[in-house]
Amino acid sequence: MTAMALNRRYSLAPLVGLLSLVIFFVLIELLIRIGVVNRFIVPPPSEIIASFSRVILEEDILHRFVLTATECLTAGVMLTIFGVAGGVLMHRFRLLQQACETWVAAMASAPTVLMYPLFLVIFGRSAWTIIMMGFVAALPPVILKTLEGLSSTRRVLINVGRSFNLTPSQQFWKILFPAAMPTIFVGIRLGLIFALINIVGVEFLINFGGLGALINELAERYDLAGTYASICFVILVSVLFFMSLEKAERWLRPFE
Amino acid sequence: MATNTSQPILVVEHINVRFETPDDGPVIAVDDVSLDVAPGEFLSVIGPSGCGKSTLFNVMGGLLGGYEGRVSVAGETISGPHASIGMVFQEESTFPWRSVTDNVAFPLELIGMPKDKRIERARHFIKLVGLDGFENRYPGELSGGMRQRVSLARTLASEPKILLMDEPFAALDEQTRLLLGDKVLQIQQDLKQTTLLITHNITEAVQMSDRILVMTYRPGKVKRIVNIDLPRPRTSEIVGSEAFGRYVAQIWADLREEASRGMKDDETRTMRVDEARS
Ligand SMILES: Nc1ncnc2c1ncn2[C@@H]1O[C@H](COP(=O)(O)OP(=O)(O)O)[C@@H](O)[C@H]1O
Ligand SMILES: [Mg+2]
Repeated sequence: MTAMALNRRYSLAPLVGLLSLVIFFVLIELLIRIGVVNRFIVPPPSEIIASFSRVILEEDILHRFVLTATECLTAGVMLTIFGVAGGVLMHRFRLLQQACETWVAAMASAPTVLMYPLFLVIFGRSAWTIIMMGFVAALPPVILKTLEGLSSTRRVLINVGRSFNLTPSQQFWKILFPAAMPTIFVGIRLGLIFALINIVGVEFLINFGGLGALINELAERYDLAGTYASICFVILVSVLFFMSLEKAERWLRPFE
Repeated sequence: MATNTSQPILVVEHINVRFETPDDGPVIAVDDVSLDVAPGEFLSVIGPSGCGKSTLFNVMGGLLGGYEGRVSVAGETISGPHASIGMVFQEESTFPWRSVTDNVAFPLELIGMPKDKRIERARHFIKLVGLDGFENRYPGELSGGMRQRVSLARTLASEPKILLMDEPFAALDEQTRLLLGDKVLQIQQDLKQTTLLITHNITEAVQMSDRILVMTYRPGKVKRIVNIDLPRPRTSEIVGSEAFGRYVAQIWADLREEASRGMKDDETRTMRVDEARS
């Protein structure tokens, strides 16, 4: 009985979420129609919806969408490999941790996007500049969260391993790493957010390739409705990534 | 007792452990403790909390270095965790990312037992601790008592010659503790398992042990060793008997002194902290 009520509330939640979004857009639409909000600054939601077909048909959106998504995926894979490896190394070598932890943390909050001219010089006006910008900006949270997960492994679990005479590599693979997994996933999720923001940002800045460049072009043409429509596609990329990450997490950690 | 006449399997000689603390200076946690355990024997170490029981447990398990004295297993001096010793910890120590079966099969996995064989073995020990039906559950889905039984089964699965347990039932409610105590006793009898139980619970100690070692509070010394001559097999029903009551009273008389010293110590420390604050 209560379980059923609970179930119903769960299926209700996304509906309420969607509804509140619809109400928000209707409200904006109204405010624009009665002239409280300037329609040349904020385009009416109805116009944005109408512009979707135009953006899709005329602006080669599929190609751009795939490009941005591929850049994110590449940065995400590199991020996971190098970020987790970095965290593991810092955990393994105390000196490295003491030497680097502070400036890695500082780097996490630094506006690395401002370094894009340097990356342009190194990688040229190519997708690699964009990927590397996303990668560099998003690396620190993955390193730090990996380190945090490994160092906060409960003492007693390590002692269980020691009491069973585990070798150092068994201790790592069978205890430390699985224990740190939840925190590492938090790091990867954070890293993906950082990467996506920076990738779209740099595409916008250097006007190259994917959705960011399209937003730039449309904004320059003063096609406001089209600009907002392309932002919706950026959101779609992020939703796709988070859904697949959740799937991966559920597959790796079936017990939650 | 017959068990006491055979060659001891675990010998602890003159153990001294000192900790350097920033506030109280050096603390003597274990002071010249010696004991021995015969094969198949059930020995309990009892003492008020803070008397050095866990420290002694870590020394015997080979997890703590830097002590004076000697611990030997079957005549061999240990210098680290020994394969013949299985440990059950006071804190929750199951692996949350492994199912009950995989938790229990952990030590079997380490020795490279093939998968179907070790699952079968793990099932045996899961049944032994009464968790059949929960093989595929994860620790997060179990109660505290069930998780502690998983830890016990995991240690038993490695078939240690000596089972060391540090207050394994401390976090459980009274009923669960009594039932689990019965389970441990029964397992101990079935497997003839040499067991050293650390506890602060008198009833538990008297119910299960062949001998009880009473420790003093700070520094942790051996105060007395009491032989428990109660008939076996025992269950928690024995708790009502008169002989049982006598043993409890005797050990309580020893412990009360130590426990009240522990409480005074706590009070003076609290007062000192209060004074420092005001
Ligand atoms: N790593 C440590 N550093 C400093 N003091 C410690 C440490 N471990 C234990 N102690 C001290 O040693 C004493 C005995 O602790 P412990 O063995 O945990 O007692 P018990 O298990 O009997 O409650 C306590 O006073 C405790 O504060
Ligand atoms: Mg303790």
